[in-house]
This record gives sequence, structure tokens and C-alpha cells, in this order.
Amino acid sequence: MITPTIKDDRYKQVEKTMKKLSYDRSALIETLHTAQETFGYLENDTLKFVAKRLKLPFSKVYGVATFYNYFRLKPKGKHTCVVCTGTACYVKGSQEILQVIEKRFSIKAGETSEDKMLSLLTARCVGSCSLAPVVIYDDKTQGKLTLEELQKTIEELIQ
Amino acid sequence: MIESREELEELANKKRCTLQNSAEEIRICTGSSCTSLGSTLLHKELTKDFKLKKLDAKCTIKSVGCSGLCSEAIMVSHFDKEKKQETLYANIAADDGEKFYLYEENSTLLESKKIDTTTHFFSKQHKIVLENAGKIDPNDIEDYIAHDGYSAFFKALEDFTPSELIQEIKQSGLRGRGGGGYPTGLKWETVSKVESTQKYIICNGDEGDPGAFMDRAIMEADPHRILEGMLIAGYGCGASKGYIYVRAEYPVAVQKLQKAIKQCKKLGILGQNIALSGFSFDIEVRLGGGAFVCGEATALIHSIEGNRGNPRQKPPHLSDDGLFGQPTILNNVETFANIAPIVKNGALWFANIGTKTSTGTKVFALSGNIKNTGLVEVAMGISLEELIYDIGGGVSGTQKLKAIQTGGPSGGCIPASMMDVLVDYDSLKKVGSIMGSGGLIVMDESVSMLEVAHFFMDFCQSESCGKCVPCRVGTVELRDLLDKFIAKTATKEDFELLKSLCEVVKESSLCGLGQSAPNPVLSTLHYFEEEYLQGIQDD
Repeated sequence: MITPTIKDDRYKQVEKTMKKLSYDRSALIETLHTAQETFGYLENDTLKFVAKRLKLPFSKVYGVATFYNYFRLKPKGKHTCVVCTGTACYVKGSQEILQVIEKRFSIKAGETSEDKMLSLLTARCVGSCSLAPVVIYDDKTQGKLTLEELQKTIEELIQ
Repeated sequence: MIESREELEELANKKRCTLQNSAEEIRICTGSSCTSLGSTLLHKELTKDFKLKKLDAKCTIKSVGCSGLCSEAIMVSHFDKEKKQETLYANIAADDGEKFYLYEENSTLLESKKIDTTTHFFSKQHKIVLENAGKIDPNDIEDYIAHDGYSAFFKALEDFTPSELIQEIKQSGLRGRGGGGYPTGLKWETVSKVESTQKYIICNGDEGDPGAFMDRAIMEADPHRILEGMLIAGYGCGASKGYIYVRAEYPVAVQKLQKAIKQCKKLGILGQNIALSGFSFDIEVRLGGGAFVCGEATALIHSIEGNRGNPRQKPPHLSDDGLFGQPTILNNVETFANIAPIVKNGALWFANIGTKTSTGTKVFALSGNIKNTGLVEVAMGISLEELIYDIGGGVSGTQKLKAIQTGGPSGGCIPASMMDVLVDYDSLKKVGSIMGSGGLIVMDESVSMLEVAHFFMDFCQSESCGKCVPCRVGTVELRDLLDKFIAKTATKEDFELLKSLCEVVKESSLCGLGQSAPNPVLSTLHYFEEEYLQGIQDD
């Protein structure tokens, strides 16, 4: 088993969460959240580190990480664009928005463009239904979008 | 540290005095919709400006939770404390300088942003759960206490034995607001009777239904209300530990809850031997991971335990074998938010609101093709017509109303011809939909019902955990069948197959997700059969 170098300060953050929850096996999901927040995504070495510290089989940690939509096993692009595909956004045309972006960058939802500039993600519902249709660029929410506004914002984003 | 009811009252009075220091208050909504349009920035700027202009002694700037009318974000209100008069302003921008006008009297610009609060949108609502939303600062426990916060918990501790408390909840007729409608008092009673050294109280904040955002708003606007409900549940059932399971997609709610817990611990409202009563209680927040199935009770528990969120067979029920194998109570956010008012005002007061079998109020998230999108709270038993037209302002755009979808992926569509249906658990069930957690999506005639059914089936298919065959395979098959109808290539056999497969998935799936997955298809089949028939290819 690979032991990651604990010298990396980021592992300390992950360690802190596990310690707070007394290294109990129920701490797994909280730990993965911290790990993703610190590293940006969950790579195999990180998962192995968590498995070892919580005394869990790697298969278990991998199983949990892949079960939940929120966890990413691949790095994100420089920018992210999350299209909400909830019911209210659907009624207001989120499918078209998705298609426009997919076409513009030749990627499918869940993928990152070849130049690593943009990751396109979908969300089940971000709970801002009154602003439908909603897109979140990096961490900024934009609602009541028209297709023109969308294209403009995206071009600005990847500049 | 607060050690008695008197001390709580003392703190409340002290805070009430401080609140009276300034004659006026400007309340800025920092709910998710307003925040995304920059309301936190507006709050920061205004606070700075008022300090500079030395206006802060006269008027306090306060950040508050969602006041409901999210379609008009950013919402700002001006409150005159002496007259107890609140004036609402809508569509305020974060940086357009209107913040200055806001405070100047007789400004015409300000006048144009004023909202008429005598309309049905306001007058037909009945606020219990959301009574503090838009009024108090969710970051300030003292503000909550000044608005009678935690007085219900202290009343429960001092005036009621646990069994009397449970009787009170039973008498109120409160039913689970997550959608199932199971009587809350009965649930508590079952757990209170089980002998165990450790019991758990869980609050389900994994609001996964697309189109629902009631729980998020409650958690963000009034987090202490939820903690108080859980504390009362803990006292009633003999539990000493609580968990709030919140979606990771709701970072603001998580942060508000964590802050609230910290403040409670500091005042001794959470912790060991609370108010020297011998009752101890602690609450932790747990993050979900974006899996819809985790809204199901047993899956949620597996998730808190650090596992994949697979549901399991019931029984054993959570009351015997719940979190970490211990007796557990799981209630929805809105259910817990109802507890403190019931204890404070009495079971009879609550039972008199709403209908006989569905007491109290329900919060709905109105969205889709409707004028007033946002959060509303109405007494149970209101008609859909009143809800959509009087409160919601009717359909937006030029098209006519076609249907209303309630209950998310587990619910159904109600056609425009049935707007006289009453909003309560039993009436909605009778017409083939469910109350659900409160998402209500209005659809006009441009929306295809086949595509709506397909949308939900696609949702259920990708959210199916894959444990049981009927759900894992059935949802894929159903979706593919719907594809055929949309492409107008279905056969008569497909039509029969669609109907019988719906029944199979419904009858034989392991958990609620699979059992209710066919509902959107069944209800649209029932009310909009012609759209399906049009999808059948001519021989």
C-alpha cells in the first residue's frame, strides 16, 4: 500500500477532520468532503490515505466516493459551469442551455474541455428555483438566463 | 450560561431593549436567491455607509432570512419599530446606488420599488414555520431569544414530563412534513417506549426533490427553530444526541446551522445537564453527498454511518433499529420547525388550524410558469385555485395553465380542470399525487406531459441506488419506453407494457424511491392519455 507523504500540509486538514470524529468509520464521508475541499478532487492516493487512517478497506472508501454525485475523482478545469437541471429550470429551458455549452466546447455534461479551461457539470437542483433557469459559474450564481446572456458570460469567463 | 426560564427571559428582555436602541431597522434578505444577486454585498456597503453618515444610531442594518418573494430579489424591508410598520421593497440591485435612496424619505425611486402588502400574496398566507423568516437575524441567537426563542424548550423542560409532552404533540395532529404524513406524536411515542441507553434524533435536511427549496430557506432563515424542535424531541423521547443531515449543495444552510449550534453550546442550551435539569443533548451536522435516495430513512442512516446510501428492508423500523442500531427518530426540517410553536401555544391552537386530518400549515415552493415564484406558507385545506391564482398570481406569460406538479419525482401531475382540489394529505392522494415535501411546479400549455414524465423517469433512473432489480432495471426500461412515445414510434403493445411495468416497479421495489418512481407516468397517463396515444405509430 502506498503511504502518501504526510509532509504535504493539505493532508493535515484531512487528518484534523478524522481526529475530530475520533477516527470512527462513520467519519468517512465527512473526511472525503474535507479532502475534496482541500485537494479539489479525490485522487486514488488520497482515498488510500483515508482508508489507511480510518482502518477501512480501500474498496469501501472507493465504493463510497463513487456512490455520491458530489465527489469528483478527476480534477476540474480552470473554470466550472454548473447547469441546474431541476424541474423548475427544466420547465424554463435548461436543456437548451446545456446543449449550447456542450456544442460550444464539444464536451458532454460531466466532462472537462480539452484545454482544461472549462468543466461542465449539472446539478439536480440548486434550490434557487425562483431564479430559473440557473447556471453557476465558478461560485457565482446567475439566474433568469437568456441564451444570449449565457453565451456572453461564458466567453468572458474563459478569457 | 442560561440555567432557568427566568434567566432566558432576562436575556430576552435585555436583547429587546438593545433592539429598541435604534428607532428603525433595514432588513436585507440574505437567502440564496437574494445572495446570488449580491445582497451580502449590499448589506456590507449599507452598514459601512450608515456608519460613515452616522445614521447607524437611528437605523440598524440587519441581514435576515428569506422573506418568500424570491422572484423579486433582492428584497429589502424597512421596519419602523415604534409604529411596528414594515414596508417592503423589491428588485433592489446590489450596486446601483439605490441604497442611498432607500433611506431618504419621499424618494420617487424608492416609491416605485415598494410592494403592496395588502395583496392576496400576503393576506392569504398563514405563517407559523416562517414567522421569523425575514424578521430575525439567523446569525444571532439573542435575536431568536428576543422573539421568544427557546422559551418552548424551557417550558417543556419545566412544565411537562416527557410523556405529557408527547401527548401534546399527538393532540396537535402534526404529521410529517417530508411528504409521507406519518403522525409525528405517534412516531415519538414509539421511540420513547423503547428501552435503550442511547437514542438518536435525526433531522432530514437532504432536500433532494428538484423544485423544492422550503427546507433550505428554513435552515437559512431560522436555524435555531430547528435546533429547538430537536431539543424538545430529545427531551420527549429520552435521546441525548442529534444529527442534522444536510445536502452539501446547501453551503449557506450548513454554515448557519453550525454557527447556531456553537452559540447554543456557549449559552448552555446544548450540552451536559442543560439548565440543571439532568437532560443532556448534543447536535452535529452531517453533510450529504448529492444522492436523492438518501432522503429515504434507512439510506440516510447508512449515509450518516459513513456508508453508501443503500436503503434496506423495513421492518425493522428505525424506532427499534435505527442509527448505529439504536432507536431513532427521523423527522423533516419543517416538522421540527413546527414543534416549538406547538409547545408554546398549545396543541389545541395548532389543531384548530387547517383541516381535521391535516392540521397546521404547509410551506410550498412555487416555481415554474407562475408569476410569484418563491416560498409561501398556507393553512392546510386551501384550494389549489387559491394557491395558484390568488397567492401565486396565476400563470406567467401568455399561455394557459396545463397542470401542476406536486411531490417531485414521487408525485404526480394535477390537470388544470381540477383546481378545486384541496391542499391536504388525503385530498392530494385521492387525485393521484402527493403532498410531498412542498415543491409545486406550475406548467403551462407549452409543456409536454410526456417529456415531464420522461424528465422524472430519467431522474429516478440515474438516482436509483441499484440495489433492487425492479427499480434498477425497471426505471431504465420505463424511460426507454417513454423515449419511444416521444419519438412517436411506440406500438400498442408498448402502451400496455408501459402500464403493466409501472405496476411491477411500484409493487416490487425495495424502497420509496422505486415504489413511487412510476407515479409521474401513472398520473400523466391518467389525465393526459391522449398525449401517449399520439405517440403510437399507426399500423
